[in-house]
Amino acid sequence: MALKGNLRDFSTTQLLNLIHLARKTGALTIQVPSGVTSLFFREGKLVYAATSGQDGHLTSMLARAGRLTEEQARGIRQHAADRSDKELAMLLISAGYLSQRDIVDSVRRDILETVYGLFAWSDGLFHFEPNRLPSEDVITVSIDLENIILEGSRRMKEWERLKDELPDLNMALKFTDRPQTQLRNINLTVDEWRVISYINPRNSIKQIAQRIGMDEFQIRKLVYGLLQVGLVEIVEPEGLPPKQPPVTEMVSRSPAAKRSVIHKLINRIKRL
Amino acid sequence: MQTVKMVITGPFNAGKTEFIRSVSEIEVVSTERKITDTSSRIKKETTVAMDFGRITVDNDLVLYLFGTPGQKRFDFMWEILSEGMLGFIVLVDSTRPETFREARQILDVFRTYADTPYVVAANKQDLADAWPVEDLRIALKIHPGVKVLPCVATDKESVKKVLLELLYSILETVPE
Repeated sequence: MALKGNLRDFSTTQLLNLIHLARKTGALTIQVPSGVTSLFFREGKLVYAATSGQDGHLTSMLARAGRLTEEQARGIRQHAADRSDKELAMLLISAGYLSQRDIVDSVRRDILETVYGLFAWSDGLFHFEPNRLPSEDVITVSIDLENIILEGSRRMKEWERLKDELPDLNMALKFTDRPQTQLRNINLTVDEWRVISYINPRNSIKQIAQRIGMDEFQIRKLVYGLLQVGLVEIVEPEGLPPKQPPVTEMVSRSPAAKRSVIHKLINRIKRL
Repeated sequence: MQTVKMVITGPFNAGKTEFIRSVSEIEVVSTERKITDTSSRIKKETTVAMDFGRITVDNDLVLYLFGTPGQKRFDFMWEILSEGMLGFIVLVDSTRPETFREARQILDVFRTYADTPYVVAANKQDLADAWPVEDLRIALKIHPGVKVLPCVATDKESVKKVLLELLYSILETVPE
């Protein structure tokens, strides 16, 4: 089934979060005014990115990362025009020009810059194609999406949207109990750590912000990032008076009578 | 005569009227009006007050199904409709991601009205553009303990399954 839509309705951050949580494999293509970008994922991790407005040749990536000068990149490309990125990387490593680490870091940097560039766009068609992976010739890496999601949230320009996503600062936070959350692989900023230290169902988000001197916008932005990466979830603050149950005919009945009514309803609907 | 009710809510054009129509034993009492604002590009008429369907269980028990008005300017009706409900169903059009955020907001509003069980029904699953149910769960940030069910609101069997799943969820909350 299709996974497509517009960034207006489902942001890049939300898309990456979905791919991360569902551990998807495939290609996400996003069409924004600056061009078409394809992000490739294997089991929920980003492995490659390509954008129509940018030369994706390995030598260009190495030049952008400062590992080669423009002149060196041009020269290598001319002499090794028929080589794939992987073959070229092997040649550069064998010749002692660059280490494997230099190359992997440069590719990773390029992929990250491509994906971060997408966060600036709030409008653009997207489409996810399951199981489509990049060509065998290119160098792929494996990047956890948690940190990208956090960084993407930091870069999000649509401040108003934060308010939509987190409308009520009187709610509290608790650490998610989802077992796959890998706390060790997440790099938190100092401010994020400060918020984390106050996370407790007894503290409302507003109280945390007051305690550490953040304004509403700052706390919304920070909590939004933590929510998107799946570290925390929103809960009703503890210590509030319990909600009044609705006054209904059902409530006044005994549990046995309620169960009997529900069983009757089940049987009736089955017979429809 | 005892009457119980369930509420079917969700964004504009999610399929609430069709959902109730598929199982109601009476012609759905629906106050539909021609649309004059931008929503008219999506459908010609919408529910301005509420849908109202009925399933008679026996001489002593009747189930009413109430559909909330689809347009936001009628949200003042929601709290009135939710009063005394057994549970509620949030219907989402799986083909329109632009409505997912609104669906989530509606769900949050209804949860504040009453602490009753609910399920999310991913409607229009028969269409090629439908988002898969598990992707919808993530997109709408639905708690793992809440059921997100595939649904085709025009198909009676599909609607029955959603209603039954809600009833099973309600049953779990009632002590033995």
